[in-house]
Amino acid sequence: MARTPAELVGAQPGPPFRITFDGRAVTALPGQSVAAALWGAGILAWRTTRGGGRPRGAFCGIGQCYDCLATINGEPNRRACLVPARPGDAVTTQEGHGRAALGI
Amino acid sequence: MPLSASEPYDLAVIGAGSAGLAGAVTAGELGLSVALLDTSAQTGGQFYRTPAPALGAVRPEALHHDWSAYTDLRRRLARSDVVRHLPGHHVWSVTKDEEEGAGVGAGDGLWAVHAVTGADGGGERPVRVRARAVLLATGACERQLPFPGWTLPGVVGAGGAQAMLKSGLVLPGRQIVVAGSGPLLLAVASSLAAAGAQVPAVVEASGYLRYARHPRALATNPHKAAEALLHGAALLWHRVRVRVRSAVTEVHGTDQVEAVTVTRLDRDWRPVPGSGRRIVCDALAVGHGLVPQIELATTLGCATRPLSDGTRALTLDDLQETSVRGLWAAGETGGVGGAQLARVEGELAAVAVAARILGRPAHGGRVRELGRRRDRMRAFADAMAAVHAPGPGWPRWLTDDTAVCRCEEVTAGRVREAIEDLGARDARTVKLLTRAGMGWCQGRMCGAAVACLAARGQPAEPPADRRPFATPVPLSALAVLDAPDTPFVTEPEGSADAPGGHTTTASGPDASPGDG
Ligand code: FES
Repeated sequence: MARTPAELVGAQPGPPFRITFDGRAVTALPGQSVAAALWGAGILAWRTTRGGGRPRGAFCGIGQCYDCLATINGEPNRRACLVPARPGDAVTTQEGHGRAALGI
Repeated sequence: MPLSASEPYDLAVIGAGSAGLAGAVTAGELGLSVALLDTSAQTGGQFYRTPAPALGAVRPEALHHDWSAYTDLRRRLARSDVVRHLPGHHVWSVTKDEEEGAGVGAGDGLWAVHAVTGADGGGERPVRVRARAVLLATGACERQLPFPGWTLPGVVGAGGAQAMLKSGLVLPGRQIVVAGSGPLLLAVASSLAAAGAQVPAVVEASGYLRYARHPRALATNPHKAAEALLHGAALLWHRVRVRVRSAVTEVHGTDQVEAVTVTRLDRDWRPVPGSGRRIVCDALAVGHGLVPQIELATTLGCATRPLSDGTRALTLDDLQETSVRGLWAAGETGGVGGAQLARVEGELAAVAVAARILGRPAHGGRVRELGRRRDRMRAFADAMAAVHAPGPGWPRWLTDDTAVCRCEEVTAGRVREAIEDLGARDARTVKLLTRAGMGWCQGRMCGAAVACLAARGQPAEPPADRRPFATPVPLSALAVLDAPDTPFVTEPEGSADAPGGHTTTASGPDASPGDG
């Protein structure tokens, strides 16, 4: 019986690479979305809500709910479940609407 | 295939899942030029969602059911030189120009399908695909009903867990409770368990015995019973307990899921007092059935029909045409019925479109056979919707501070206030008073729940969503629309110039996936 999803499908991915989440190194596999790479590292939240400041991460997994918004390489409001992870990506927790730096 | 960007396709298919793929390859084989647009980089839709090629999955079929049906469609697509697959295209609107190209085939006038490109639509390259006919195969999205704690990280959609597993080979936790209602739950639980998760329980709010009330639909669809048995056997094998007539009524934890409370329900889905049991877990995959994604069609004024589970689907004629001439639909857009039904409907629609455009009658025998199969499976789909319809008692799961709208953080208390104190009677008024449904997802997650609450226990009128945009569009893409002289790019990603750049002809490198 398979113990991991990769084992189940006999995955033979290319070499893993690194991205960072709030400065901490996270290993991603080629082909994974940013959300998948974060889930793979056990990270389930990468956004805080505008009103209550509550943590959120991926919910629908297919680009519908916008709960997975992340700031990727300084650009806020990217849907992490759709955006493919690329080597060296810096993902940071998105606070509110992600434009805190602009003061709006 | 059109020789230049200014020449329209015969058919634009929106969505490359089971229905869209079947429709596109059939239309191609019948001699039509076809553009097949999909948001994803790969074909297959949600049902046949596959790991990205770079993940090198040797046995992707281990995550799937009926895999050969998909590989067959994929092979036919790869072989076709008249079907152009346009991946990474987020369609935000479909419009019709009555004047242009009058008398060219399917309808009177030409359709324009507007899309933006990129993994999440952020490519900012506006694309317009023109076609004589459109086949809408946009599938469904998951219906969610709120309950205390459902916004905690670790609570994910049941379909979402499935999608992330199939495409990214990841799980949201080690111990995952699966809850909600509908046949998807069994499929999700068995694939999570097969992929190494522990599934302490599957919690189904309806009872499977209700299927016994639809003996004819069951008897004429033995493959559906076989499918359920297969999932059932897999769950037994993984020692997963299925609890029927129960719901997760609360999630515990501060920053992530630590446990859930599972409560027995009466036949109206009201929690039975004192029956709550705590189950330890680190994730919850939850969903209450699927909702047809029909906003592109309703914006065009297509007629819809209410389904017995409180959702709305497109009204279609015997040959899958909507009430708007020249616009066809197949698969879940006509009511949620599964991949096999979607394939039959996609094929039927393609036959009908080809007959109209080529001006010759469709092969009667084939049409009759496809129609028969469709009707049989539609009957089962309708029975299934009735079995899993949310009971009127579910709002009793809510406390006043339960978030109903995830985006705008609108609580059940505020929604109740709008209904009870301010007199709101429908989702639209609640939205105006509370902002529920005005956030990023535009009510896709909370719309069904708000409509139910506003109906106060009466059957809810499903929200008739009319959104001018089916997906967020960068302003730059809209700006290009206003400049009549700016040509539109119709080439797939990667072969075009800068955003809003030059017209390129559609005779460049073929975009069909070379994965056959
Ligand atoms: S998880 Fe819903 S949009 Fe990404």
